[in-house]
Amino acid sequence: MSSIDLTLQIWRQKNNDSLGHLETYPLSGINTDMSFLEMLDVLNEQLTRAGKEPVAFDHDCREGICGMCGAVVNGIAHGPERETTLCQLHMRNFRSGDTLVIEPFRSRAFPIRKDLMVDRSAFDRIIQSGGYVSVNTGGTPDANTIPIPSQVAELAMDAAACIGCGACVASCPNGAAMLFTGAKISQLCLLPQGQPERRQRALAMVETMDREGFGNCTNARECEAVCPKGISIRNIARLNQEFLAASLLEG
Amino acid sequence: MKLDARIPSGDLAQKWDNYRFASKLVNPANRRKFTIIVVGTGLAGASASATLAEQGYNVKTFCIQDSPRRAHSIAAQGGINAAKNYQNDGDSVLRLFYDTIKGGDFRAREANVYRLAQVSGNIIDQCVAQGVPFAREYGGTLANRSFGGAQVSRTFYARGQTGQQLLLGAYGALSRQIHSGRVTMYNRREMMDLVVIDGRARGITARNLMNGELESHAADAVVLATGGYGNVYFLSTNAMASNVTAAWRACKHGAGFANPCFVQIHPTCIPVHGDYQSKLTLMSESLRNDGRVWVPIQKGDQRPAAAIPEAERDYYLEKKYPSFGNLVPRDVASRNAKEQCDGGKGVGSTGLAVYLDFAEAIKRDGEATILKKYGNLFQMYEKITAANPLHEPMMIYPAVHYTMGGLWVDYNLMTTIPGLFALGECNFSDHGANRLGASALMQGLADGYFIIATSIAGYIGASSLQPVAATDPAFDESRKNVADRIHRLLRNSMRGPAGKVTVDEVHKQLGRLLWDNCGMARNKAGLEAALEQLPAIRDQFWNDVYIPGNATDINQSLERAGRVADFLEFAEIMIRDALAREESCGCHLREESQTAENEAQRDDANYSHVSVWEYQGEGEPPVMHREPLVFDNVTPSQRSYK
Repeated sequence: MSSIDLTLQIWRQKNNDSLGHLETYPLSGINTDMSFLEMLDVLNEQLTRAGKEPVAFDHDCREGICGMCGAVVNGIAHGPERETTLCQLHMRNFRSGDTLVIEPFRSRAFPIRKDLMVDRSAFDRIIQSGGYVSVNTGGTPDANTIPIPSQVAELAMDAAACIGCGACVASCPNGAAMLFTGAKISQLCLLPQGQPERRQRALAMVETMDREGFGNCTNARECEAVCPKGISIRNIARLNQEFLAASLLEG
Repeated sequence: MKLDARIPSGDLAQKWDNYRFASKLVNPANRRKFTIIVVGTGLAGASASATLAEQGYNVKTFCIQDSPRRAHSIAAQGGINAAKNYQNDGDSVLRLFYDTIKGGDFRAREANVYRLAQVSGNIIDQCVAQGVPFAREYGGTLANRSFGGAQVSRTFYARGQTGQQLLLGAYGALSRQIHSGRVTMYNRREMMDLVVIDGRARGITARNLMNGELESHAADAVVLATGGYGNVYFLSTNAMASNVTAAWRACKHGAGFANPCFVQIHPTCIPVHGDYQSKLTLMSESLRNDGRVWVPIQKGDQRPAAAIPEAERDYYLEKKYPSFGNLVPRDVASRNAKEQCDGGKGVGSTGLAVYLDFAEAIKRDGEATILKKYGNLFQMYEKITAANPLHEPMMIYPAVHYTMGGLWVDYNLMTTIPGLFALGECNFSDHGANRLGASALMQGLADGYFIIATSIAGYIGASSLQPVAATDPAFDESRKNVADRIHRLLRNSMRGPAGKVTVDEVHKQLGRLLWDNCGMARNKAGLEAALEQLPAIRDQFWNDVYIPGNATDINQSLERAGRVADFLEFAEIMIRDALAREESCGCHLREESQTAENEAQRDDANYSHVSVWEYQGEGEPPVMHREPLVFDNVTPSQRSYK
């Protein structure tokens, strides 16, 4: 453990209707065992004691699974460490004297609410349009009557690990949500339970994705590079395959 | 306050059937005439919302986060129990029931726990049908792992992200109902008050966290699935927004609060490392399947783990509890870790940690096998501590994790306020004084998928509910009370921060007071001192807290202040409850009540009851009522895991 001094440049924006700007805050004596969000807590306590408004940022579980936190740090969503959410990024990744530019996840489909908080409800609407198996509670067969090879379950789990944080969208040059959407489509198209609705699902989710204002994938692979759960762009290939097959067969 | 548990008649195995048969029903065509409010979208809230909507009710669902998928159920790692007996190792509904009752140290209601075990298998069927990617054997059948407090292998899992996968399953079902229009979803809303009209729960006052607007929502029944209150300790494994506000508001309207002092301290968490720390991170208990817990035999041994030879290590759990070994229940593991550290054998820079060592398992099964089971946990540990558990043992220490106490509910999950139901961690019903690992997910989903719909139909069918609109004067009054309280929270902040304290500073003080005096081990003197110190912390909060910003914008400091204000009130019934329970049981050791071998000593003659606290108004001490626990099917025994 050691202690570092930093210069923070943080995006401050009152709400979606006002203009934002970067504001500079020197911050010293940061313990390197702190998480990034704890570093922001320290800043916010200092701002509060100085009678200034703290920086608004979304966060909840602080263990990398709820998907609520996220910001772009020096141009990289969730910061420099691979496969890490912002809450799991620790200050030992930085050196004394560093300047950190901290901005919200930017996308046309993610309006900024305040400072680093954005509105990712478009993701919810993509799932609502078909990211599930339409099964009511009750009347389901015994779980072991649906055998699933271990490798298939593992592949589905790789895709299902998505936490819906939106880093993929924020890093994509096209503001595409295809990694997010592809992950859910992959999980369900790999599993037998997802087969009956396979085609409608692909068509509906892609349509919602487009309507929400997300762009399209051009294989820049930035999403995969920043994904805190290491979701592979193979899932985008599966999305394209599913969408194409569904369009030909249903469209 | 009248406590009628409404336990159905008949043999234990027949009660749930008898109850469902006797319960009133609501005709499918009539269900659309009724509106149900569900607060919270964790496993219990999301599954309840989806199920009620599928059955035809109008559902209004509220969550505090930006999306219902964020609820803290998502962080559960290890698994979910079910009495499927897929491993053919002697499991049954009766065994899961018995393990849960025994694990809870005989402080839960038999009928509720038996029903939980009965529906546990349906939960797995439901989740698999939804496409939850549970771990599989090579032949394609479901895999299981073992968990603390059980000698059968009945825990289903999806890597170390079981809670996430189950929650996303329930979130999918909820999303489908939102899409169909049966559920109206209100994100970024905080329930601030319960609205009670003619003695029945008829709606809530919610605050829109984006603009501070206070909203009134009327309904025919209100379901709280708002989780536990572990954050009263400031440091816990709970998510930052987890709070007691909804449950405490209900309590202030007359809902009894049961066993508030029953708090689970989880044995395997990453130790505290600094004052700035905002939360504690749990390492799944499943790690104890392959990890061996030890400390140096020599007190104050400063050598690194690798330099301590085998003969100088004390595998104290294996030695003391040969039949359960490292898989003793959570309370036993936690208490023993504290005992080792209090005795000067703790490791790490603070001396408040013990080792959890995987070296032997890695030697036996190979790195690849261990990584397949625990890879994400090892990675999480390494991110936080910069140490790799493949090469050196983990350091762990107990942390506040789960609250068995909660709103008192009868067999139907209804609180003492008619029309107000509580599900999941928010209620007290199934885990007694200690919850077994992988049972929280089971209970949340049992309540939401398989129990609440019957209860709601029974309630609506048996009551003649008059229509209530959100324009009823009771809603105006509730909004006014909430607005006044927010005004009071902000009134000290006009003159700036000089000489003031921040919300977090007060919260940390409260947390320290409770951790020191109302944690794993408690005694009369400490509890009385805490009760005495509490009003000063409360006064300091109301007189000196500084909250920047205003009530009409996004204001996270104000949100936290409201929650801390409720924790400060709630802490009093926690301490009083701990004082009144002069026995050791489940998760806590009452120091005055120990056996000759310093093991926890339960006192069935005097404390075989649920303590239920009734709020009496500001400045008035709360009144405790008792629901006696009757054991017709099991004989309470002193737990032994030796």
